[in-house]
This record gives sequence, C-alpha cells and structure tokens, in this order.
Amino acid sequence: MFSLEMSKEQKMIKDEVAKLVKNIVTENAADMEEKREIPPDAVQKAWELGASVSMVPEKMGGFGLEDSPITTAIILEELAYGDLSFAVLATLPSLIISPLINMGTESQKSKYLPLFCEEKFNPCTLAINEPHFGFEPENLKTVVEEKNGSYQLNGSKCFVPMAAQASHILVAASLEGTGNLFIIAKDNPGMKISELEENTGLRSLPTYEITFENCEIPFEDRLGETSGCDYEMFLQKTRIGMSAIGTGVSRASFEFAMNYSKDRQQFGEPIVHRQSVAFMIAEMGYEVEAMRLMTWKAASRLEAGKDAKREAYLAKLYAGEQTMKVVDYGVQLLGGHGYTKEYPVERYYRNGRGIGIIEGLATV
Amino acid sequence: MISLELTEELKQSRTNMHNLARDLFRPIARKYDIEEHTYPKELDILRPPKPKKDSSEAEKKPVEVKEVKKDKKPAGPKYDNLIGVLSVEELCWGDLGLMLTFPGMGLGNAAISAVGTPEQKIKFGSRWAAMAITEPEAGSDSAAVQTTAVLDGDEWVINGEKIFVTSADRSEIVVVWANIEPSAGKAGIKSFIVEKGTPGFKLEHLEHKLGIRASDTGTFVLKDCRVPRENLLGSAEVKKKQSFAGVMQTFDNTRPTVAAMALGVARAAMEFTKEKIEESGMQLDYANSGYNMSSIHKEFYRMESNLEAMRLLIWQAASMADAGIRNSLQASMCKAKAGKAGTEIVQKCCEILGPLGYTYKNLAEKWMRDVKITDIFEGTGQIQHLIVARQLMKLSSKDLK
Repeated sequence: MFSLEMSKEQKMIKDEVAKLVKNIVTENAADMEEKREIPPDAVQKAWELGASVSMVPEKMGGFGLEDSPITTAIILEELAYGDLSFAVLATLPSLIISPLINMGTESQKSKYLPLFCEEKFNPCTLAINEPHFGFEPENLKTVVEEKNGSYQLNGSKCFVPMAAQASHILVAASLEGTGNLFIIAKDNPGMKISELEENTGLRSLPTYEITFENCEIPFEDRLGETSGCDYEMFLQKTRIGMSAIGTGVSRASFEFAMNYSKDRQQFGEPIVHRQSVAFMIAEMGYEVEAMRLMTWKAASRLEAGKDAKREAYLAKLYAGEQTMKVVDYGVQLLGGHGYTKEYPVERYYRNGRGIGIIEGLATV
Repeated sequence: MISLELTEELKQSRTNMHNLARDLFRPIARKYDIEEHTYPKELDILRPPKPKKDSSEAEKKPVEVKEVKKDKKPAGPKYDNLIGVLSVEELCWGDLGLMLTFPGMGLGNAAISAVGTPEQKIKFGSRWAAMAITEPEAGSDSAAVQTTAVLDGDEWVINGEKIFVTSADRSEIVVVWANIEPSAGKAGIKSFIVEKGTPGFKLEHLEHKLGIRASDTGTFVLKDCRVPRENLLGSAEVKKKQSFAGVMQTFDNTRPTVAAMALGVARAAMEFTKEKIEESGMQLDYANSGYNMSSIHKEFYRMESNLEAMRLLIWQAASMADAGIRNSLQASMCKAKAGKAGTEIVQKCCEILGPLGYTYKNLAEKWMRDVKITDIFEGTGQIQHLIVARQLMKLSSKDLK
C-alpha cells in the first residue's frame, strides 16, 4: 500500500494538536521565552491529549493503543510548529515512557509506568547529550562499570530538560562499549544537577547539565536488565522524532516569512514580486515538504516492522541541514526586522540550530 | 492511511524496467554518446507493432512510457502515475538519452492521446510523434510563439521555425504549435499534426549537444507548409481565456516524469561512486556522526539525503495525480528540486571520483553532461521556482513576473 493521505484518526489528532498550539502556544511563545517558563496549565492541556501515554497498557495508566511512528511524527511536527520548547516539554515523559514500553522488562514496566502515567503531568526526562567537543550518541563518554554489586556511572550530560524537576531521568551511557539506558531517581546521591543552562535556543524549557560521580545504579534499573536495550532502535526513533520537529520549526518560519513578504511593501509593491525573494520562498516550501516526506518514509518503515537505520539517519541529516537553511531564509526575508525579537523568525533561527545538534529528544 | 512502502506490484514493475535498462540501455550508452545522430537500432525491439490497417487496435496503443505495463488489475488503488515515475527512474538509470528516444513514445504522442479526436488517434496514434513548441524567440515563454497557421480552403498554411525538437529526425510526424489568430495572443495557439515529407516542412539541422546525445534534437523550418484542415489537434475555436492555461496544465503530468529522469541519472552516478568508495575500503553504513567520518562520507550522505528528498517529492506528485488530486504545485516542486539537486549530485560524484569522473572509460562524466538537461527542458529550474512561488502565494504571472 502506498498512500500519502492521513487516516481519519490521524487527521483528527493533527487538528486537535493544531488547535491546542494555536490557542495556547503561538501567541505566547515569545512571552514564555522571556519568562523562561511554559505555563504548567498549558503543559497539562497537552498532557491531557494523551499522546505520550497512548501506547501504555491500560492497567498501567495508558490507553493501550498501538504505536504508530507516523502519527507520532504528525503530532511532533504540529507541536514544534507552535514552539520547539513546548514540543519537547509536552512530550517529555514519553522520552522515558517509550523506551520503557518497547525495551523494558515486565517488572520495570509495572514498577515505573504507572508513576509516569498519572492524570497530572509528571516530569521525567532523558539525558543523552554530552557537553564536550566530538559528542556522538553512538559513542558515549558517559561510562558505566560493574562494581561492588551494582553499576557505577561516571560522566556528564547536558541539555537535560527539566532535570531539576524530574522524578526520574533515563540516562544513556556506554557499558562495555555499547549504548545502554539507565533509570536514575532524582535523589540518587551520585548525581549532581547544575544551575539552569543558558543556551541559544530552547529557552522557555529549563534545561540542565548533570554530572555523575561514582553514581550507583542497581542492576534492575538498567533498561532491559541483563540483556540491555536495543540502543540502535532507540536512536532511530529519536532521529525520526527530531526530523519531525525540524519540519515543524521550518514550517513555522516558512509560513511566517511568506506571509510577511506578501505584505511588506518596498519600491511601491510587495517584496515578493521580486524573483530573488520569491525563489527563496519556493525553496523553503519544497524543503519543508521534503523534510516531512523523509520523516514519514522512515516512520513508515518502522510502522511496517522494518529496520529504518538508513532512512532515519538520512532524514535527521536532511532535517538538520534544511531546517538551518529555512530558518536562515526566514530571518533574511524579514531583513532588519527579522533580526529583532519583534518577530518570531528570530526565535526560529535560534531554535532551528538545535535540530542538527541535539540528539535524543522526541521519542513519543 | 499514510504508508510510503511500495506494493509488490509496484516493486515488480520497477524491477522489470530495471532489467530492461540494464540489459538494453547500459551496454550501448557510451556507443551512442559518441555516435551522436546515429539511430540506436538496438531499440527497434521496443517499437510497438504496426497496426494492421482497418484494425481498431490502434486506439488503445500505449503511447507513453507510463502506460507500458499491461496489467489487468482488479479494482483497488490506482498507481499509473507512480508506476510511470518509477519506470522513468529505472530507464534513466540505464540511459537518459536512450529513454528519450524510446521509439514511438514522443511527446507528440502524449499530446495526441490527451487531446486528439478519435479519428486522429486512429490515424496518428501509432506513429512516432515529436513535439515542436520552442522557437528562437519563444523558449520558456511558450506563449510567444510566432509560427502562424492560416486556413486556406481545406488546408492550414503554416509558416515559422521550430527549434530543440526531440526526435526531430526519427519521428514520423510532428505536433507543431502555431498561432491561428496572433491578435488574440496566446489564446490563438493551437497544435497541428504535420507529417514528414509534407512540402515546405524541412528538417534544417540537428544539434550537437552537451549530453543526451543518443536522442536527436533538431530544427524545423515551415515555409508555406500545407496540412489538411483535420490535422488541427482539438478544437479550432479561439477561447479568450482558458485555452492556453489548459495547454499548460498538461505539463503538470510531465514535470514529475522529467524530475524522475534527474533521479535516475543521479542514482546511477551515486551507485557507481558508492562502489568505488567501498572498493577503497571505506564503509558507508549510516552509523557515523560527523566527527569520525571523512569528507567523502559526509558528501555522500548529503547527496543520498538529497536523492531521497527528490524521490519522495516526485512520488508525492505522482501519488496525488493517481488519487485524482490537483498537483500543479507538487509537480513543479519536484521538478525544481530534482533538476537542481540531480545536477549538483552528479557534478559532485565526478569530483569525488576524481580522474574516474573525467574519463570516457566509464559513464560518470557522461551522466554529468546528461543530467544537466533535466534542469532545463520542460521548464527551467528558474521557471519551476517561479511557478512554485506563484502557487504557494496565489499570485498571478502579472504580479510575480
């Protein structure tokens, strides 16, 4: 079956998320950045849509629905179209829920899932990025060793959303040279959370650097326990998620700059009557489409039960490059105005830079 | 429901085309690049069988590449356009020039099948028909054609010059665009079937080109060339507004096809480049990040992601056409992207290949010359960007020139 048409259900979900974004995010994104906070009731509203818990079994607090990577991509694009920070925060618990569902043991699932699937949004998060030159998610410098009857974790992480508020953090670390995920509770004495980070983008989302010094982790908190997890599959999902988010951020910049260029008058006519401007808009337009299609292609493979290593890799690479190009054009088309905080393209530019850099966000 | 996985039927038709491209086109690709203007007689096996006179079979003769497949398929989703672009990608992976000179499948055949009367389809449908639109002063601005056709008794008298006609020499008939009422502007533009051998219809010369040399491209001069009244394609009525727009709309269907040509050539170049990279011991396994890969890896992955972007934009346009959804925007988007990215990819492959990308010993340099045409014909890249921008912003051609 080959089709690019959304199912009725997917259309409904898309509209629902788009409505939420329009009502509570679009207008407030600048203000949220200023205050460096996303209002808890906005997050709660997104949480109530249930995207993060939809595939959790009912007895553990979810809806017991099937996992659809494509629906996930649709949701993430819509959320990120509103605001990158909001998209990450609204789906934050899924960064731990999704790996647990797919790769956790039964006892891990029944122990943790109910905690993360309550009616009220409960921040729990993921730590994968590392604050050093040459960071690669496949080759982590955060290392776990077996010592004295438990695991010991050493290293540091950055861009950890809501680390200070989260009850649990899923940490990616290397064990005997391979990627693994570990669940760490907030009160673990071996973990130190630093001050709030200052980054160029993601500014309404509180993110933190954390360090681990001989941080002890019980054996049963290694995801998948003795057999570990499918870290490669985990990376595929995060890459597809980031591509979807890149598509959303790009679309926001594209649409804003296009509408602005239609209104903005210079030399007695809208600037878009100039080919040099119109061609940039055309390029933004088809690159947004291409990013979305590549995201869907990779998601479609996962949905068909196939491996998506190549497709996820290419989608993320493409989204990283093209998002930066599109958000750059967005600022350029608004000229001096695009350089000020008066217009959102300035924020899209800063947020867009993150797509090619940040790994491991978004695995609803 | 969204799914970008090809069905078995689609995969099968792609495989069939791939085998044809591999076995028939590839082995003779270089030969006809060198022997420009020589007809590739090996392609004769592709000629549709000549219809017996007074047989009605001529009517359902396949006239376009996209209709080559002959399945009696049951009801279900229609994939005609998707099969079309998949086939073109494969054939052009074999050789773009040879695909363009696929016997009996000229652009003129597509026009006859789209707007011809039943009589015209019977009489001309099975004959190789070229299309003559472009003139020295009318390139992208096809509304500016200066060739005229004047009715004199039962005949049209055509005068003018047509350039860049694909299959000018090999075709049997030519569909010529001419204006029957120049004062009405582009609304007066009509197309006429002109048979080879008609007095006053002269093939003046064949071009020597950068690439696609296996396909002959020529100039016709029409001097008081008289064709029967019934050779006018479609209606002779001059409608003030829509008729030209209608003509241009038929290009919605051909743009994804041209984009698929760029895709096929670019993929051929990438596969060859990949082979050489891997022979040298480098692995392309989608596992590395930018910190531990060579610039060759990085360039290759970038090209591959662009190739994938081209392909999916093409599939999107084709799939919309199959679903009966208007796809003017997506058709131009895929052509704009594919012409540009396809050309850049093959240029870069040659750079990576180094001396292997400059020699006649393999086909890479030829692909670099061939692919360039895809950003030029059926609307240059610039025209495509213009159309995309107009459509996105709902601007007229007066607003956005």
